[in-house]
Amino acid sequence: MSRKLLLEHINVPGIDTFDVYRQNGGYRAVEKALKTLTPDEVVEEVKKSGLRGRGGAGFPTGMKWSFLAKPEGKPRYLVCNADESEPGTFKDRYLMTYIPHLLIEGMIVASFALGAKTSYIYVRGEMMPQIRILEKAIAEAKNAGFLGKNILGTGYDLELYVQPGGGAYICGEETALIESLEGKRGNPRIKPPFPAISGLYNCPTVVNNVESIAAVVPIINDGGEEYAKIGIGRSTGTKLISASGNINKPGVYEIELGVPVEEFLYSDEYCGGIANGKRLKAVVPGGSSVPILPANLFLKTVTGEARLMSYESLSEGGFVTGSMMGSGGFIAFDEDQCIVRNTWNFSRFYHHESCGQCSPCREGTGWMEKVLHRLEYGHGKLSDIDLLVDVSKKIEGNTICPLGDAAAWPVAAAIRHFRDEFEWHVTHPQEAMERNYGLAHYADPLPPVGEPA
Amino acid sequence: MLSITHTDEIIFSPELVTKFNEIVGRYPEGKQKSALLPILHLVQAEYGWVSVPAMDKVAAYLDIKPIEVYEVATFYTMYFLRPQGKYVLEVCRTGPCCLVGAEKIMKHIEHKLGVKEGEVTEDGMFSWRGVECLAACGFAPVLQIGPEYTFYENLTEAKVDELIDNLKLTTANNTGALIKDASTGSA
Repeated sequence: MSRKLLLEHINVPGIDTFDVYRQNGGYRAVEKALKTLTPDEVVEEVKKSGLRGRGGAGFPTGMKWSFLAKPEGKPRYLVCNADESEPGTFKDRYLMTYIPHLLIEGMIVASFALGAKTSYIYVRGEMMPQIRILEKAIAEAKNAGFLGKNILGTGYDLELYVQPGGGAYICGEETALIESLEGKRGNPRIKPPFPAISGLYNCPTVVNNVESIAAVVPIINDGGEEYAKIGIGRSTGTKLISASGNINKPGVYEIELGVPVEEFLYSDEYCGGIANGKRLKAVVPGGSSVPILPANLFLKTVTGEARLMSYESLSEGGFVTGSMMGSGGFIAFDEDQCIVRNTWNFSRFYHHESCGQCSPCREGTGWMEKVLHRLEYGHGKLSDIDLLVDVSKKIEGNTICPLGDAAAWPVAAAIRHFRDEFEWHVTHPQEAMERNYGLAHYADPLPPVGEPA
Repeated sequence: MLSITHTDEIIFSPELVTKFNEIVGRYPEGKQKSALLPILHLVQAEYGWVSVPAMDKVAAYLDIKPIEVYEVATFYTMYFLRPQGKYVLEVCRTGPCCLVGAEKIMKHIEHKLGVKEGEVTEDGMFSWRGVECLAACGFAPVLQIGPEYTFYENLTEAKVDELIDNLKLTTANNTGALIKDASTGSA
């Protein structure tokens, strides 16, 4: 059994209430941080833990905190990014639904470390049930003296508010999120200045993902060094993986970073193998934005080593033969799934969610969607495939925020690994509408269920 | 896409204004514009959609220009700019949901309700639309119904039938309770 830090008490009845959470060791991190540590010491523990941002970029959280400017006379803000909308990712919803006090506790400790007196949790608007859950949890914590004025008699004041979004994927980008929190359209800002210097209301601001903030709790309880012992290499600690697609047991799993992908996919402790006795065709390991990998390249790197669930191992081989950890949105595709159709679906998503600020993204995502649509529906030309590559290259790196890259990568990767399937759609348009292209050479190297290994 | 449908003069109830005031209190002095998104959600929950007169009133309340409200209401997908059915079924249509049959569910809803995406049923009860990822991929296919945004997960055609029939029954009996069995997402 893998060690659980975030979800240890997830199955305790009533863990969403303050009392039960407290009885199970909750809010110890607040007591420890506020009573025995200075803000800088909290930042130091998080640095030592090696915790990397769990929202997708994987930037070290402690380092991000240490960049926060501290000018005299200006308030500083902590904003939690709970605008979870990366296709394939649903860990934050899970965490906020079932163990909301873990996030509240992390917010108090992190706000203390950063010297924030007012902090916001920006939750995507569709998660109204989770907003109500968090507001109830905040009221309970306040009632028990863990929020508000003079917390636990330490003289530290903190107000915590929940802010609903309006249904825009782009607001997961931190500067778009800040714009949205200021009551504007979610158009990402040009950086620099970075939020650490000028963020919310032009004040120094840190934006962290829900899971990153929750992870601060075990880091403070056990110490950064203890946390860093879990995991492998620079991938320290545990990570929540949202597993979806054609697997037997979809859901949220907490793993120690470094678990072999084969174990994660096939063992009963995690995904439990491919559903309906089918075989694995491809995997998107970190949310829709990261490159898709065919089964053979996903299970083993190009040098034949077993791939692990860690930041380094998943990106082994770069974008040529590797992918990324991203937000941990693990999507498995069985042999019946059409890669062209899925790529079109993802392209439609990015076209829909592009904020429209930068031309390469606004126009390019629309072109990619149109071209992929005609390939999928049997009107494509062979030249369309190179056209897609060309458009994706012209979006990548040419936009203010990473949404452009996120839209370009899945298309480029699908063509890189599944070009024959795209070509087959052009050469066999009628057949492509009726049946899926075979597993061919990118098949799962493991034998089908029921056959001896 | 702003609808210019005529609606009567909007007057916010004192209860609603009390809620507005509470929200404005969450931000520093002079930053009341931050309350715009949450207030538009409240307006939509009250009236079913956000009309131009309602947006103008919100602008006046927040002491900002009407265009600042319009540009936000048209940017975010959750705000309805024209009247909808009493229940809007929003089905996730993104990749992971499609891997396990979201497209079939959408076709079934279209057939069951007899209206196309974005249209309202004759009795004004239902409309439906496909929406992008709802962050519930592990419980796919999923749909949500505002203004409470209750989630219905692991959908099958039979479950959709049951849900729609229950909603009709609930309205007929005016019991107010939408949810028969609590779904995973709403705990």
